[in-house]
Amino acid sequence: MARALINVPAKAKPGEVIAIKTLMSHIMETGFRHSSTGDAIPRDIITSFVCSYDGAEVFRADLYPAISANPYLTFFTTATKSGPMTFEWRGDNGFVAKETAEIVVE
Amino acid sequence: MSRQALMRLAHFSLAVLLVAFGFAASATEIPLSERKSGYEFMGPQSRAMQDDDTANPGMLSVFDGEALWNAKTGATNQSCAGCHGDATQSMKGAAARYPAFNASRGRPLDLEGQINLCRADRQQASPFAYESRELLALTAYVARQSRGMPIEPTIDARTQPFLDAGRAIFDLRQGQLNLSCAQCHDDQWGQRLAGTVIPQGHPTGYPQYRLEWQSLGSLQRRLRNCLVGMRAEPYAVGAPEYVDLTLFLMWRARGMKFEAPAVRP
Amino acid sequence: MKRSDEFPQASRRTVLRSGSALAACMVLAVRPAKATPDEMKAAIHKVIGEATIQTGKVHLDVPPLVENGNTVAISVSVESPMNAASRVKTIHLFNEKNPQPNVASFHLGPRAGRAEVATRIRLADTQTVIAIAELSDGSFWQDSAEVIVTLAACVENM
Repeated sequence: MARALINVPAKAKPGEVIAIKTLMSHIMETGFRHSSTGDAIPRDIITSFVCSYDGAEVFRADLYPAISANPYLTFFTTATKSGPMTFEWRGDNGFVAKETAEIVVE
Repeated sequence: MSRQALMRLAHFSLAVLLVAFGFAASATEIPLSERKSGYEFMGPQSRAMQDDDTANPGMLSVFDGEALWNAKTGATNQSCAGCHGDATQSMKGAAARYPAFNASRGRPLDLEGQINLCRADRQQASPFAYESRELLALTAYVARQSRGMPIEPTIDARTQPFLDAGRAIFDLRQGQLNLSCAQCHDDQWGQRLAGTVIPQGHPTGYPQYRLEWQSLGSLQRRLRNCLVGMRAEPYAVGAPEYVDLTLFLMWRARGMKFEAPAVRP
Repeated sequence: MKRSDEFPQASRRTVLRSGSALAACMVLAVRPAKATPDEMKAAIHKVIGEATIQTGKVHLDVPPLVENGNTVAISVSVESPMNAASRVKTIHLFNEKNPQPNVASFHLGPRAGRAEVATRIRLADTQTVIAIAELSDGSFWQDSAEVIVTLAACVENM
């Protein structure tokens, strides 16, 4: 079950720089580990994260196996206008998760 | 230092601990006023991770658990919410009172055992496996409703024999290192074992997100880790000994604040 | 002719030596378990090309001693006006001794407002972590930190 925790301020003033926190449920299996029977455990990680808002990509991250399980990312953007902020995580084995958070800017 | 070298150092330290304190008099209980949650032994980064619900990875399971709480399942097509209603009200303080005596089983059950009993009797559904995503999630959701409340398991004539059995396990020297829980967690807390501080061993925040596990895990899983560390034979998964030990540990932590889902190294 | 001349008996030492030679070949044949400082340099070169990196502007915040290498809180901030004329475009994180030198690359949009990111990373061992910022003027700036990784004494697998 893919589940994310997203923390975006509900309200902001135009031009205000706001913090965004995201926590995504994912094992981030590195591909460098072996099972108790000696078999290599294949890599299964999130490789990219994108946050879009007000018609533009505001933040993007390329992730590698060194990112901890349940990837946590915090970053900033400038509040421009009310509307949805979209978040998209993509990874190995066709993993895709999308979430949306609304912000009111006035 | 490599991981292997550190592990060897950890094992060596355990052995030194054994030699140094193996002949000490029997463990003395920690005075109630000197008890400390493992939280107090953590660094600021780990504390911050636990304190902020939007940064605590254990909360991912809590939200999974909320969905399971409200999902109808089993032959009776009943949800947890169907009987218990709003968990934020009905489950307030519940986890802080477990393990609790169950008359039909004639012994105390831990929270996981109670959830699986509800599934069997009320929902007529198959029990969740121990450490399964579902059981951890439901347990975490129920446990979250007790955060900040004092731990207070009921000790009476029915539970006293199981509390005594749990205490006996806590004091029992076992494994290849011939070590008891008490020798580390009553007598040597605050000291270091390799690079890490020995905590007092209060189960204030289970299920908890352990950085070592990179996931949420139950107290039973943690107790198995301890037994392996002592090089003792762990009890079988779901064994009653874990519940007795849990009852003793919760009594030992009576009055302390419940923290689930806690974060620990 | 004695049989031993035809088939000279390998001494025990020879057998052992060839055994260890074989083992050495096998070790060389498998993928190294850890990146090396050279591999980190190569990974950095791939990002910056022929540019030089200056020290400053970047502030890498990571605890000097971590309780568990599986989850290390790390944040990077860069001094920058973050306007159209001058801003941080990308922040890269590298490590020295994990199996791979890359940790993450963060691409900041023109409306980022503040050049600051935080995440949690894995460190397989005590090592140096490097943060490199690429600015809109094409310059690169870096900060580095040495992190000591401790381990839990009682873990699941011995």
